[in-house]
Amino acid sequence: MLTERELQLKSVRYRKALLRLIKACGAGHTGGDLSCLDIINVLYNRILRVSPESFKSPDRDYFIQSKGHCAEALFVVLADRGFFPEKDLANLNRYGSHYIGHPTRDVYGVEQNTGALGHGLAVAVGIALAGKMNRKDYRVFALLGDGELAEGSNWEAAMTASHYRLDNLVAIVDRNGLQITGSTEDVCQLSPLDEKFEAFGFAVRRCDGNSVGELLHNLEAVPFRPGKPSLLLARTKKGRGVSFMENVAKWHHGVPTDDEFNRAIAELEAAEAAIV
Amino acid sequence: MELALANLEVFAATLLELARQDPDLLVVTSDSRGSAKLAPFAKAVPGQIVEVGIAEQNLVGVAAGLALAGKKVFAVSPACFLTARSLEQIKNDLCYSDRPVKAVGISAGVSYGALGTTHHSLHDFAVLRAIHNIIIVAPADNFETREAVRAAAESTTPFYIRFGKKQMPHLPRVEPGFQLGHASLIREGADLSFLACGETVAPAYDAAELLAKDGVNCRVLSLHTIKPLDAGAIRKAATETGGIITVEEHSVSGGLGEACAGLLLQEGIHTRFKITGFLDEHTATGSQAEIFHHYGLDGPGLAGVAHNLLAKR
Repeated sequence: MLTERELQLKSVRYRKALLRLIKACGAGHTGGDLSCLDIINVLYNRILRVSPESFKSPDRDYFIQSKGHCAEALFVVLADRGFFPEKDLANLNRYGSHYIGHPTRDVYGVEQNTGALGHGLAVAVGIALAGKMNRKDYRVFALLGDGELAEGSNWEAAMTASHYRLDNLVAIVDRNGLQITGSTEDVCQLSPLDEKFEAFGFAVRRCDGNSVGELLHNLEAVPFRPGKPSLLLARTKKGRGVSFMENVAKWHHGVPTDDEFNRAIAELEAAEAAIV
Repeated sequence: MELALANLEVFAATLLELARQDPDLLVVTSDSRGSAKLAPFAKAVPGQIVEVGIAEQNLVGVAAGLALAGKKVFAVSPACFLTARSLEQIKNDLCYSDRPVKAVGISAGVSYGALGTTHHSLHDFAVLRAIHNIIIVAPADNFETREAVRAAAESTTPFYIRFGKKQMPHLPRVEPGFQLGHASLIREGADLSFLACGETVAPAYDAAELLAKDGVNCRVLSLHTIKPLDAGAIRKAATETGGIITVEEHSVSGGLGEACAGLLLQEGIHTRFKITGFLDEHTATGSQAEIFHHYGLDGPGLAGVAHNLLAKR
C-alpha cells in the first residue's frame, strides 16, 4: 500500500507521463487532466478495490469517469496499475487505435464509454442500485467535472441516488472552476455546489482535490453518512503542477510547444526531487 | 376482424411471466407504470421495478448502469419522450457502450393522437436506424408482441420495441412462428406487396382484402424488424410481385419506406413503389383511427393507393 509520500511522488510522475503523452500525440485536455490527476491517483492506488485481475469480478469497486475528455489522466494511471502496457499509449489518437480522446470499453480497465457530458452519474447510480439489490458490498465512484454540472441529467441522477439511499455511491466533483469559455461562475453560476448537493440528499464534504493527503482522508471515510450518497467537492486547480498552466482557461485543451514542454518537465522534476 | 388485446397489455403480461422466471429481470419506469399497464407487475414482483420519476435521460442512464452490473433491464416510457429526450443516452450509454437494455416505447406513433406533436413519435425509426448496434422492432399484433418481448429479453444487443395502446386484431399468418429480422408473411399474393410494420399491418391487410374483391391479389408482409431489415423478403416482394407499397405509423422521411427504397435502388431492382406514412407537415390531430384515415392509412385509403400504383406503367 502506498504511503502518502509515495502517492505524492506518483502524482508528479503521472504529470510528467501525461505531458509526454499529450506532447507526443499532439492533443489532449491538458488543464483538466492535471486538475483531476491526484483524484484518479488516490482512487486507483489506495481506494478502489479493483485490479487487472479482478476487473471482471462482480464484486469489484466501479469507477465511472463522467468527465470523459480527461481520458489521458485515466490512461496514464491505468497503465501504471498494469491494466495495459504503457507503451500501448504511443498509439493514442492514432488511426485505428483503441486509445482515443475519451474512455471506451475497448481499453481494458474502462467500465463505460463516456465523453458526452452529464452521463456518468446516472450510470453510476444504476450500478450502485444493482449493488444494493444484489446485497453486494462494492462501491461506485463517479468523477464529475464542474462545468458538466450544468447538464440537467446530473440532477435527475442525484435525486435518484438519494431517493434510493445509495450510500455505496461516491460522486467526486473536480471543482477547478474553469470551463472552455472561462470561469464556471461567469458561464452559468454553479455555486453553492455543496448546498445544492446537500439539498439533493447527498452527504457532502469539501477538500483540497490536489492534496493526496486530504483526498485519502476523505475517500477512506465513505460513506460520509449511512443511508446517503456521498459527494466530495474537491477544490482543484486546472493545470495543476505546471505554474504557467494553472488557472489559465486556454490550457483546457492546449498542447505545449517544445519550450513550454521543457519548462513544464523541468518544474515537475524539481518537484519530484523535493519529494525524494 | 375481431379485436383481441392491446399490444401494450400483452407486453405487460409477457414481462410479468418472464420476471417470475428470472429475478434479475428489471423494469425501470419514468412515472410510466400506469400508462404501461405495469401496475399488476409492480404488485406481483415489487422488487423488480425501479421508478426514477419523470426523468427520461436518467431512465436510460440508470438502466445502462443496472445492465452493466448484470441486470436484464427493460426501460419503459412513452416512445415520444424515450426516443427524443433520451436519444443521447440511447446512443452512448446503450448502443456505443454495448449495454443490452431493452428500450420500450409505449403509446407509439399517434397513439396519443389528440395530444399533439409533443406526444407523437413519428421520428423514432429514423433516428434509431442511424445509430449503430440496436435492434428495432414494431410488432403488428398480440402474437408478434409476445414473441418480440421474449426475443428482447434474450437479446445481447441493445433493443428498441414500440407499440400502441389500442386493441389489435389477431392477424392471420401464412407461416407460423416469429423470427427477429425475418418478415412474417400475413397474406400471399402476386399483384402487389404491402410491406408494413407495427399497427399499420392490420389496415394493410384490410386493404388487401378489399383489393381481392376487385380481383387484385396482394402479398402482405409484417416487417416487424425495422433493423436489421429482412433484405431477402423485400427483394422477393419487388421481383415476384407487381410493385411495393410500404406502410408505417411514422414520418415518410427516414423510416421503413426509405429503408426499403434505399435497399432496392442500390441493388438495381426497379419496381413500382410508393411510401405511405406521415407527410412532412404538422401532424393532424384526433383519434389514432381518425389520423390514420386523414393520411390514407386505413384499408380503403391504402386500397386507393394500390389502384393508383397499379395504373402506372
